[in-house]
Amino acid sequence: MTIAAPTTISTSAVPASRFGHASRLSCRECGQTYQLGAQHACAECFGPLEVGYDFPALTREAVEAGPPSIWRYASLLPVPADVASRPNTEPGCTPLVRADRLAAALGLRTLWVKDERSNPTHSFKDRVVAVALAAAVEMGYKVLACPSTGNLANAVAAAAARAGIRSVVLIPASLEPQKILGTAIYGGTLVTVDGTYDDVNRLASELADDREDWAFVNVNVRPYYAEGSKTIGFEIAEQLGWRLPGQVVVPVASGAQLVKIDKAFRELGALGLVDETPYRVFGAQASGCAPVAAAFRAGQDVVQPVRPDTIAKSLAIGNPADGPYVLDVARRTGGAVADVSDAEIVDAIRLLAATEGIFGETAVGVTLATTRRLLEAGQLDPEAETVIINSGDGLKTLDAVAGSVASVSPIRPTRQAFAELESSNHARKAVVA
Amino acid sequence: MSVSVRIPTILRSYTGGAAEVSAQEGTLRDVIAGLDAAYPGLAGRILDEAGKLRRFVNVYVGDEDVRLAQGLDTRVPSGIQVSVIPAVAGG
Repeated sequence: MTIAAPTTISTSAVPASRFGHASRLSCRECGQTYQLGAQHACAECFGPLEVGYDFPALTREAVEAGPPSIWRYASLLPVPADVASRPNTEPGCTPLVRADRLAAALGLRTLWVKDERSNPTHSFKDRVVAVALAAAVEMGYKVLACPSTGNLANAVAAAAARAGIRSVVLIPASLEPQKILGTAIYGGTLVTVDGTYDDVNRLASELADDREDWAFVNVNVRPYYAEGSKTIGFEIAEQLGWRLPGQVVVPVASGAQLVKIDKAFRELGALGLVDETPYRVFGAQASGCAPVAAAFRAGQDVVQPVRPDTIAKSLAIGNPADGPYVLDVARRTGGAVADVSDAEIVDAIRLLAATEGIFGETAVGVTLATTRRLLEAGQLDPEAETVIINSGDGLKTLDAVAGSVASVSPIRPTRQAFAELESSNHARKAVVA
Repeated sequence: MSVSVRIPTILRSYTGGAAEVSAQEGTLRDVIAGLDAAYPGLAGRILDEAGKLRRFVNVYVGDEDVRLAQGLDTRVPSGIQVSVIPAVAGG
Protein backbone atom coordinates (compact mmCIF):
# COMPACT_ATOMS: atom_id res chain seq x y z
CA MET A 1 0.00 0.00 0.00
CA THR A 2 1.26 3.42 -0.87
CA ILE A 3 0.16 6.35 1.21
CA ALA A 4 -0.97 9.34 -0.81
CA ALA A 5 0.98 12.39 0.21
CA PRO A 6 -1.49 14.85 1.74
CA THR A 7 -0.30 18.07 0.16
CA THR A 8 -3.56 19.90 -0.32
CA ILE A 9 -2.90 23.30 1.12
CA SER A 10 -5.57 25.92 1.39
CA THR A 11 -4.81 29.51 2.17
CA SER A 12 -7.20 31.61 4.19
CA ALA A 13 -7.37 34.54 6.53
CA VAL A 14 -8.17 32.44 9.61
CA PRO A 15 -6.91 34.43 12.61
CA ALA A 16 -3.82 33.02 14.22
CA SER A 17 -4.76 30.79 17.15
CA ARG A 18 -2.67 29.40 19.95
CA PHE A 19 -1.42 26.87 17.40
CA GLY A 20 -0.83 29.51 14.75
CA HIS A 21 -2.26 28.53 11.38
CA ALA A 22 -2.52 24.85 12.30
CA SER A 23 -6.18 23.87 12.03
CA ARG A 24 -6.54 20.15 12.64
CA LEU A 25 -4.99 16.77 13.23
CA SER A 26 -5.57 14.10 10.62
CA CYS A 27 -4.68 10.42 10.51
CA ARG A 28 -2.05 9.55 7.94
CA GLU A 29 -3.47 6.05 7.62
CA CYS A 30 -7.25 6.48 7.37
CA GLY A 31 -7.74 10.24 7.00
CA GLN A 32 -9.90 10.65 10.13
CA THR A 33 -9.62 14.24 11.38
CA TYR A 34 -9.53 15.52 14.94
CA GLN A 35 -9.45 18.89 16.66
CA LEU A 36 -6.03 20.17 17.63
CA GLY A 37 -5.21 18.88 21.08
CA ALA A 38 -3.34 16.31 23.12
CA GLN A 39 -3.71 13.25 20.92
CA HIS A 40 -1.10 11.44 18.84
CA ALA A 41 -2.67 8.23 17.56
CA CYS A 42 -5.86 7.70 15.60
CA ALA A 43 -8.69 6.23 17.68
CA GLU A 44 -9.86 4.31 14.62
CA CYS A 45 -6.68 2.61 13.45
CA PHE A 46 -3.75 3.69 15.69
CA GLY A 47 -2.26 5.60 12.74
CA PRO A 48 -0.09 8.65 13.40
CA LEU A 49 -1.78 12.03 13.49
CA GLU A 50 -0.40 14.82 11.34
CA VAL A 51 -0.88 18.56 11.79
CA GLY A 52 -2.85 20.21 9.00
CA TYR A 53 -2.93 23.96 8.30
CA ASP A 54 -4.83 26.77 6.70
CA PHE A 55 -1.74 28.64 5.65
CA PRO A 56 -1.74 32.40 5.14
CA ALA A 57 -0.12 33.85 2.03
CA LEU A 58 3.60 34.05 2.79
CA THR A 59 6.43 35.80 0.96
CA ARG A 60 10.16 35.16 0.90
CA GLU A 61 10.68 38.70 2.17
CA ALA A 62 8.47 38.08 5.21
CA VAL A 63 10.48 34.97 6.11
CA GLU A 64 13.79 36.75 5.56
CA ALA A 65 12.68 39.60 7.86
CA GLY A 66 12.06 37.12 10.69
CA PRO A 67 14.38 36.20 13.56
CA PRO A 68 17.58 34.18 12.91
CA SER A 69 16.02 30.99 14.29
CA ILE A 70 13.34 28.46 13.38
CA TRP A 71 10.76 31.07 14.39
CA ARG A 72 11.24 32.83 11.05
CA TYR A 73 9.02 29.94 9.84
CA ALA A 74 6.59 30.20 12.79
CA SER A 75 3.59 30.68 10.50
CA LEU A 76 4.31 27.23 9.00
CA LEU A 77 4.47 25.55 12.43
CA PRO A 78 1.81 24.66 15.07
CA VAL A 79 2.92 27.39 17.47
CA PRO A 80 1.43 30.72 18.62
CA ALA A 81 2.34 33.83 16.64
CA ASP A 82 4.26 35.32 19.58
CA VAL A 83 6.34 32.18 20.09
CA ALA A 84 9.64 34.01 19.58
CA SER A 85 9.01 36.14 22.67
CA ARG A 86 8.61 33.15 25.00
CA PRO A 87 11.45 31.40 26.83
CA ASN A 88 12.75 28.75 24.48
CA THR A 89 16.10 27.76 23.04
CA GLU A 90 15.84 29.49 19.62
CA PRO A 91 17.44 26.77 17.52
CA GLY A 92 17.92 26.75 13.77
CA CYS A 93 19.54 28.86 11.08
CA THR A 94 22.44 26.42 11.11
CA PRO A 95 25.06 26.65 8.34
CA LEU A 96 24.62 25.03 4.95
CA VAL A 97 28.27 24.37 4.20
CA ARG A 98 29.46 24.06 0.61
CA ALA A 99 31.64 20.95 0.76
CA ASP A 100 33.86 21.10 -2.33
CA ARG A 101 36.74 19.04 -0.96
CA LEU A 102 34.39 16.31 0.23
CA ALA A 103 32.55 16.47 -3.11
CA ALA A 104 35.83 15.93 -4.95
CA ALA A 105 36.70 12.97 -2.70
CA LEU A 106 33.32 11.38 -3.47
CA GLY A 107 33.14 12.29 -7.16
CA LEU A 108 30.13 14.58 -6.74
CA ARG A 109 29.77 17.85 -8.64
CA THR A 110 28.01 19.91 -5.95
CA LEU A 111 27.63 18.91 -2.30
CA TRP A 112 26.34 20.79 0.72
CA VAL A 113 26.37 19.74 4.38
CA LYS A 114 23.50 20.99 6.53
CA ASP A 115 25.49 21.24 9.73
CA GLU A 116 23.29 20.98 12.82
CA ARG A 117 26.10 21.26 15.38
CA SER A 118 25.46 24.93 16.06
CA ASN A 119 22.06 24.32 17.63
CA PRO A 120 21.89 25.06 21.38
CA THR A 121 22.57 21.45 22.45
CA HIS A 122 24.47 20.58 19.28
CA SER A 123 21.93 18.53 17.37
CA PHE A 124 18.79 18.98 15.25
CA LYS A 125 16.71 17.84 18.22
CA ASP A 126 16.57 21.40 19.54
CA ARG A 127 14.26 22.21 16.61
CA VAL A 128 11.65 19.58 17.38
CA VAL A 129 11.82 20.19 21.11
CA ALA A 130 11.32 23.95 20.71
CA VAL A 131 8.09 23.30 18.77
CA ALA A 132 6.97 20.60 21.22
CA LEU A 133 7.64 22.89 24.18
CA ALA A 134 5.60 25.72 22.68
CA ALA A 135 2.67 23.39 21.91
CA ALA A 136 2.92 21.59 25.27
CA VAL A 137 2.71 24.88 27.17
CA GLU A 138 -0.37 25.82 25.11
CA MET A 139 -1.99 22.50 26.02
CA GLY A 140 -1.32 22.98 29.72
CA TYR A 141 1.24 20.25 30.27
CA LYS A 142 3.37 20.65 33.41
CA VAL A 143 6.30 18.34 32.67
CA LEU A 144 8.46 17.97 29.55
CA ALA A 145 9.53 14.36 29.11
CA CYS A 146 10.93 11.95 26.52
CA PRO A 147 12.49 8.59 25.80
CA SER A 148 15.76 9.29 24.01
CA THR A 149 18.85 7.90 22.34
CA GLY A 150 20.75 10.90 23.72
CA ASN A 151 20.45 13.99 21.55
CA LEU A 152 16.80 14.44 22.40
CA ALA A 153 17.61 13.97 26.09
CA ASN A 154 20.04 16.91 25.91
CA ALA A 155 17.52 19.08 24.07
CA VAL A 156 14.55 18.34 26.36
CA ALA A 157 16.53 18.89 29.55
CA ALA A 158 17.93 22.20 28.27
CA ALA A 159 14.64 23.55 26.88
CA ALA A 160 12.75 22.66 30.07
CA ALA A 161 15.43 24.36 32.18
CA ARG A 162 15.16 27.51 30.09
CA ALA A 163 11.36 27.50 30.28
CA GLY A 164 11.42 26.83 34.01
CA ILE A 165 9.47 23.58 33.92
CA ARG A 166 10.34 20.10 35.13
CA SER A 167 11.93 17.57 32.78
CA VAL A 168 11.93 13.79 32.98
CA VAL A 169 14.24 12.03 30.53
CA LEU A 170 14.45 8.26 30.02
CA ILE A 171 17.50 6.82 28.24
CA PRO A 172 19.14 3.43 27.74
CA ALA A 173 21.86 2.99 30.37
CA SER A 174 24.33 2.08 27.61
CA LEU A 175 24.43 5.55 26.03
CA GLU A 176 27.63 7.50 25.45
CA PRO A 177 28.86 9.22 28.67
CA GLN A 178 28.89 12.60 26.89
CA LYS A 179 25.16 12.33 26.21
CA ILE A 180 24.37 11.26 29.78
CA LEU A 181 26.43 14.07 31.36
CA GLY A 182 25.14 16.52 28.77
CA THR A 183 21.62 15.79 30.00
CA ALA A 184 22.24 15.59 33.74
CA ILE A 185 23.91 19.00 33.79
CA TYR A 186 20.56 20.74 33.25
CA GLY A 187 19.25 19.42 36.54
CA GLY A 188 16.06 17.65 35.51
CA THR A 189 15.16 14.07 36.35
CA LEU A 190 17.30 11.61 34.39
CA VAL A 191 16.35 7.93 34.43
CA THR A 192 18.68 5.33 32.94
CA VAL A 193 17.00 2.10 31.92
CA ASP A 194 18.48 -1.37 31.50
CA GLY A 195 17.38 -2.09 27.95
CA THR A 196 17.42 -0.90 24.38
CA TYR A 197 15.93 2.35 23.15
CA ASP A 198 12.88 0.38 22.03
CA ASP A 199 12.41 -0.86 25.60
CA VAL A 200 12.69 2.72 26.87
CA ASN A 201 10.24 3.86 24.22
CA ARG A 202 7.72 1.26 25.30
CA LEU A 203 8.04 2.35 28.93
CA ALA A 204 7.54 5.98 27.94
CA SER A 205 4.47 5.09 25.88
CA GLU A 206 2.95 3.36 28.90
CA LEU A 207 3.82 6.25 31.23
CA ALA A 208 2.38 8.76 28.77
CA ASP A 209 -0.90 6.88 29.01
CA ASP A 210 -0.95 7.25 32.81
CA ARG A 211 0.36 10.77 33.40
CA GLU A 212 -2.02 13.29 32.02
CA ASP A 213 0.07 16.41 32.64
CA TRP A 214 3.32 15.00 31.23
CA ALA A 215 4.21 15.97 27.68
CA PHE A 216 6.36 13.19 26.27
CA VAL A 217 7.55 15.25 23.34
CA ASN A 218 8.00 12.32 20.97
CA VAL A 219 5.03 10.30 22.20
CA ASN A 220 1.85 12.18 23.11
CA VAL A 221 3.04 15.51 21.65
CA ARG A 222 4.63 13.88 18.61
CA PRO A 223 2.41 15.46 15.91
CA TYR A 224 3.63 18.93 16.98
CA TYR A 225 7.19 17.88 17.83
CA ALA A 226 7.81 16.22 14.47
CA GLU A 227 6.77 19.38 12.61
CA GLY A 228 9.93 21.03 13.95
CA SER A 229 12.04 18.96 11.55
CA LYS A 230 10.39 20.74 8.63
CA THR A 231 12.58 23.71 9.47
CA ILE A 232 15.64 21.79 8.24
CA GLY A 233 14.01 21.57 4.83
CA PHE A 234 12.84 25.20 4.91
CA GLU A 235 16.35 26.39 5.73
CA ILE A 236 18.02 24.27 3.05
CA ALA A 237 15.75 25.81 0.41
CA GLU A 238 16.16 29.36 1.70
CA GLN A 239 19.95 28.98 1.99
CA LEU A 240 20.15 27.69 -1.58
CA GLY A 241 18.49 30.93 -2.69
CA TRP A 242 14.90 29.61 -2.49
CA ARG A 243 15.55 26.47 -4.53
CA LEU A 244 15.14 22.78 -3.82
CA PRO A 245 18.23 20.55 -4.14
CA GLY A 246 18.16 17.67 -6.59
CA GLN A 247 19.05 15.05 -3.98
CA VAL A 248 19.06 14.93 -0.19
CA VAL A 249 20.49 12.16 2.01
CA VAL A 250 19.02 11.94 5.51
CA PRO A 251 19.81 9.65 8.47
CA VAL A 252 16.91 7.41 9.51
CA ALA A 253 16.18 6.56 13.14
CA SER A 254 12.41 6.87 13.65
CA GLY A 255 12.31 8.31 10.13
CA ALA A 256 10.46 11.49 11.15
CA GLN A 257 13.27 13.84 10.08
CA LEU A 258 13.31 12.47 6.53
CA VAL A 259 9.53 12.52 6.22
CA LYS A 260 9.35 16.12 7.45
CA ILE A 261 12.10 17.40 5.15
CA ASP A 262 10.02 16.04 2.28
CA LYS A 263 6.91 17.71 3.75
CA ALA A 264 8.81 21.01 4.00
CA PHE A 265 9.87 20.88 0.35
CA ARG A 266 6.27 20.18 -0.71
CA GLU A 267 4.84 22.95 1.45
CA LEU A 268 7.32 25.50 0.07
CA GLY A 269 6.36 24.48 -3.44
CA ALA A 270 2.62 24.62 -2.73
CA LEU A 271 3.01 28.08 -1.16
CA GLY A 272 4.92 29.35 -4.20
CA LEU A 273 8.08 30.06 -2.20
CA VAL A 274 10.13 27.74 -4.43
CA ASP A 275 9.64 26.28 -7.89
CA GLU A 276 8.36 22.72 -7.60
CA THR A 277 11.46 21.16 -9.13
CA PRO A 278 11.89 17.40 -8.79
CA TYR A 279 14.03 16.10 -5.94
CA ARG A 280 14.95 12.68 -4.65
CA VAL A 281 15.10 11.71 -0.97
CA PHE A 282 17.51 9.01 0.26
CA GLY A 283 17.55 7.41 3.72
CA ALA A 284 20.65 6.17 5.54
CA GLN A 285 20.85 3.48 8.21
CA ALA A 286 23.53 1.50 10.01
CA SER A 287 23.60 -2.17 9.03
CA GLY A 288 23.34 -3.04 12.74
CA CYS A 289 19.92 -1.38 12.79
CA ALA A 290 18.53 -1.25 9.27
CA PRO A 291 14.86 -2.30 9.37
CA VAL A 292 13.79 0.41 6.90
CA ALA A 293 16.60 -0.31 4.43
CA ALA A 294 15.72 -4.02 4.61
CA ALA A 295 12.05 -3.30 3.90
CA PHE A 296 13.03 -1.00 1.01
CA ARG A 297 15.20 -3.69 -0.58
CA ALA A 298 12.50 -6.32 -0.09
CA GLY A 299 9.83 -4.12 -1.65
CA GLN A 300 7.74 -4.24 1.52
CA ASP A 301 5.62 -1.48 3.04
CA VAL A 302 5.70 -2.88 6.59
CA VAL A 303 8.88 -2.56 8.64
CA GLN A 304 9.86 -5.69 10.54
CA PRO A 305 11.47 -4.63 13.86
CA VAL A 306 15.07 -5.62 14.63
CA ARG A 307 17.29 -5.65 17.72
CA PRO A 308 19.87 -2.88 17.18
CA ASP A 309 23.61 -3.50 17.39
CA THR A 310 25.58 -0.54 16.04
CA ILE A 311 27.93 2.23 17.14
CA ALA A 312 25.42 4.70 15.70
CA LYS A 313 23.41 4.80 18.91
CA SER A 314 21.45 7.90 17.96
CA LEU A 315 19.98 5.89 15.08
CA ALA A 316 19.51 2.65 17.03
CA ILE A 317 15.73 2.42 16.85
CA GLY A 318 14.76 -1.12 15.94
CA ASN A 319 11.04 -0.36 15.61
CA PRO A 320 10.89 3.00 13.81
CA ALA A 321 7.52 4.75 14.01
CA ASP A 322 7.82 6.56 10.67
CA GLY A 323 9.50 3.69 8.84
CA PRO A 324 6.54 3.05 6.50
CA TYR A 325 6.45 6.73 5.51
CA VAL A 326 10.19 6.80 4.82
CA LEU A 327 9.56 3.97 2.36
CA ASP A 328 6.74 5.96 0.77
CA VAL A 329 8.85 9.12 0.39
CA ALA A 330 11.88 7.29 -0.99
CA ARG A 331 9.75 5.40 -3.52
CA ARG A 332 7.63 8.41 -4.50
CA THR A 333 10.65 10.65 -5.15
CA GLY A 334 12.83 8.02 -6.83
CA GLY A 335 15.21 7.77 -3.88
CA ALA A 336 16.32 4.75 -1.87
CA VAL A 337 17.12 3.58 1.66
CA ALA A 338 20.45 1.83 2.21
CA ASP A 339 22.73 0.84 5.07
CA VAL A 340 26.44 0.68 5.91
CA SER A 341 28.75 -1.12 8.34
CA ASP A 342 30.20 0.34 11.53
CA ALA A 343 33.67 0.39 9.91
CA GLU A 344 32.32 2.46 7.00
CA ILE A 345 30.66 4.81 9.52
CA VAL A 346 33.96 5.51 11.27
CA ASP A 347 35.77 6.01 7.94
CA ALA A 348 33.11 8.50 6.86
CA ILE A 349 33.27 10.49 10.11
CA ARG A 350 37.02 10.82 9.54
CA LEU A 351 36.59 11.74 5.87
CA LEU A 352 34.16 14.57 6.70
CA ALA A 353 36.48 15.89 9.40
CA ALA A 354 39.59 15.67 7.20
CA THR A 355 38.03 17.24 4.11
CA GLU A 356 35.70 19.88 5.56
CA GLY A 357 36.74 20.45 9.17
CA ILE A 358 33.38 19.16 10.40
CA PHE A 359 33.40 16.62 13.24
CA GLY A 360 29.97 15.04 13.09
CA GLU A 361 28.46 12.38 15.27
CA THR A 362 27.97 8.76 14.26
CA ALA A 363 24.72 9.59 12.44
CA VAL A 364 26.63 11.66 9.89
CA GLY A 365 29.04 8.77 9.47
CA VAL A 366 26.02 6.69 8.50
CA THR A 367 24.73 9.39 6.17
CA LEU A 368 28.02 10.06 4.43
CA ALA A 369 28.99 6.39 4.11
CA THR A 370 25.56 5.68 2.64
CA THR A 371 26.01 8.59 0.23
CA ARG A 372 29.30 7.05 -0.91
CA ARG A 373 27.73 3.64 -1.34
CA LEU A 374 24.72 4.99 -3.25
CA LEU A 375 27.09 6.86 -5.58
CA GLU A 376 29.11 3.72 -6.21
CA ALA A 377 25.90 1.82 -6.92
CA GLY A 378 24.79 4.47 -9.40
CA GLN A 379 21.68 5.29 -7.37
CA LEU A 380 22.79 8.85 -6.56
CA ASP A 381 23.45 11.09 -9.55
CA PRO A 382 26.98 12.57 -9.27
CA GLU A 383 25.90 15.55 -11.39
CA ALA A 384 22.89 16.53 -9.26
CA GLU A 385 23.14 19.11 -6.48
CA THR A 386 23.21 17.09 -3.28
CA VAL A 387 22.61 17.95 0.38
CA ILE A 388 23.52 15.65 3.27
CA ILE A 389 22.44 16.21 6.88
CA ASN A 390 24.94 16.31 9.73
CA SER A 391 22.43 15.95 12.55
CA GLY A 392 24.78 16.27 15.52
CA ASP A 393 28.19 16.84 17.06
CA GLY A 394 31.07 14.34 17.06
CA LEU A 395 32.07 15.47 20.53
CA LYS A 396 29.04 13.54 21.83
CA THR A 397 30.20 10.25 20.29
CA LEU A 398 33.94 10.27 20.93
CA ASP A 399 34.07 6.56 21.77
CA ALA A 400 33.09 5.67 18.22
CA VAL A 401 36.30 7.10 16.79
CA ALA A 402 38.63 6.81 19.79
CA GLY A 403 40.21 3.60 18.52
CA SER A 404 40.62 4.75 14.95
CA VAL A 405 42.73 7.89 15.22
CA ALA A 406 46.42 7.68 16.05
CA SER A 407 47.30 8.07 19.70
CA VAL A 408 49.73 10.87 20.40
CA SER A 409 52.80 10.14 22.51
CA PRO A 410 54.47 13.10 24.21
CA ILE A 411 57.96 14.25 23.25
CA ARG A 412 60.59 16.14 25.20
CA PRO A 413 60.26 19.94 24.71
CA THR A 414 63.31 20.24 22.44
CA ARG A 415 63.84 21.00 18.76
CA GLN A 416 65.84 17.78 18.44
CA ALA A 417 62.97 15.68 19.78
CA PHE A 418 60.60 17.39 17.36
CA ALA A 419 62.98 16.73 14.44
CA GLU A 420 63.21 13.07 15.42
CA LEU A 421 59.43 12.85 15.55
CA GLU A 422 59.14 14.43 12.11
CA SER A 423 61.62 12.04 10.55
CA SER A 424 60.00 9.01 12.14
CA ASN A 425 56.55 10.17 10.97
CA HIS A 426 58.01 10.70 7.52
CA ALA A 427 59.45 7.20 7.56
CA ARG A 428 56.14 5.73 8.76
CA LYS A 429 54.21 7.48 6.01
CA ALA A 430 56.73 6.26 3.43
CA VAL A 431 56.18 2.69 4.63
CA VAL A 432 52.42 3.09 4.52
CA ALA A 433 52.59 4.60 1.05
CA MET B 1 -6.37 -19.83 33.56
CA SER B 2 -6.27 -16.22 32.55
CA VAL B 3 -3.91 -13.52 31.36
CA SER B 4 -4.15 -9.82 31.97
CA VAL B 5 -4.32 -7.38 29.06
CA ARG B 6 -3.29 -3.74 29.34
CA ILE B 7 -5.63 -1.50 27.32
CA PRO B 8 -4.37 1.87 26.01
CA THR B 9 -6.43 5.00 26.63
CA ILE B 10 -7.73 5.23 23.07
CA LEU B 11 -9.35 1.78 23.37
CA ARG B 12 -10.82 2.16 26.84
CA SER B 13 -14.18 3.24 25.45
CA TYR B 14 -14.58 -0.45 24.57
CA THR B 15 -13.76 -1.69 28.07
CA GLY B 16 -15.95 0.70 30.03
CA GLY B 17 -12.87 2.70 30.93
CA ALA B 18 -10.93 -0.28 32.34
CA ALA B 19 -7.16 -0.03 31.85
CA GLU B 20 -6.67 -3.73 32.45
CA VAL B 21 -8.92 -6.65 31.57
CA SER B 22 -8.65 -10.45 31.70
CA ALA B 23 -8.65 -12.93 28.87
CA GLN B 24 -8.11 -16.66 28.40
CA GLU B 25 -4.61 -17.95 27.66
CA GLY B 26 -3.77 -19.42 24.25
CA THR B 27 -2.18 -17.82 21.23
CA LEU B 28 -2.31 -14.04 20.87
CA ARG B 29 -4.94 -14.64 18.19
CA ASP B 30 -7.05 -16.52 20.76
CA VAL B 31 -6.58 -13.77 23.34
CA ILE B 32 -7.74 -11.07 20.92
CA ALA B 33 -10.74 -13.18 19.87
CA GLY B 34 -11.63 -13.62 23.55
CA LEU B 35 -11.36 -9.89 24.13
CA ASP B 36 -13.63 -9.21 21.18
CA ALA B 37 -16.26 -11.59 22.56
CA ALA B 38 -16.23 -9.70 25.87
CA TYR B 39 -15.83 -6.24 24.36
CA PRO B 40 -17.34 -6.28 20.86
CA GLY B 41 -15.40 -4.25 18.30
CA LEU B 42 -12.09 -4.33 20.12
CA ALA B 43 -10.46 -6.80 17.70
CA GLY B 44 -11.26 -4.54 14.76
CA ARG B 45 -9.19 -1.81 16.33
CA ILE B 46 -6.13 -4.02 16.82
CA LEU B 47 -6.38 -6.07 13.60
CA ASP B 48 -6.90 -4.85 10.04
CA GLU B 49 -9.49 -6.13 7.57
CA ALA B 50 -7.20 -9.02 6.64
CA GLY B 51 -6.95 -10.09 10.27
CA LYS B 52 -3.33 -8.98 10.62
CA LEU B 53 -1.94 -6.70 13.33
CA ARG B 54 -2.42 -3.10 12.28
CA ARG B 55 0.94 -1.63 11.34
CA PHE B 56 0.80 1.12 13.96
CA VAL B 57 -0.02 -1.03 16.96
CA ASN B 58 2.58 -2.79 19.08
CA VAL B 59 1.63 -5.81 21.15
CA TYR B 60 3.89 -7.20 23.85
CA VAL B 61 3.58 -10.55 25.57
CA GLY B 62 5.50 -9.98 28.75
CA ASP B 63 8.59 -8.09 27.60
CA GLU B 64 8.53 -9.53 24.08
CA ASP B 65 7.39 -7.52 21.04
CA VAL B 66 5.28 -10.13 19.24
CA ARG B 67 6.68 -9.01 15.88
CA LEU B 68 10.03 -10.32 17.13
CA ALA B 69 8.28 -13.55 18.20
CA GLN B 70 5.56 -15.41 16.28
CA GLY B 71 3.15 -12.51 15.74
CA LEU B 72 -0.46 -13.53 16.30
CA ASP B 73 0.70 -17.13 16.82
CA THR B 74 2.82 -16.11 19.83
CA ARG B 75 1.95 -18.23 22.87
CA VAL B 76 0.36 -16.30 25.72
CA PRO B 77 0.82 -18.46 28.83
CA SER B 78 -1.28 -18.14 31.94
CA GLY B 79 -0.32 -15.37 34.32
CA ILE B 80 1.53 -13.22 31.81
CA GLN B 81 0.64 -9.64 30.91
CA VAL B 82 -0.22 -8.58 27.36
CA SER B 83 0.20 -4.89 26.51
CA VAL B 84 -1.37 -3.13 23.54
CA ILE B 85 0.44 0.14 22.80
CA PRO B 86 0.20 2.69 20.00
CA ALA B 87 3.36 2.34 17.89
CA VAL B 88 3.60 5.98 16.95
CA ALA B 89 6.29 7.02 19.37
CA GLY B 90 9.93 7.71 19.57
CA GLY B 91 12.79 9.08 17.60
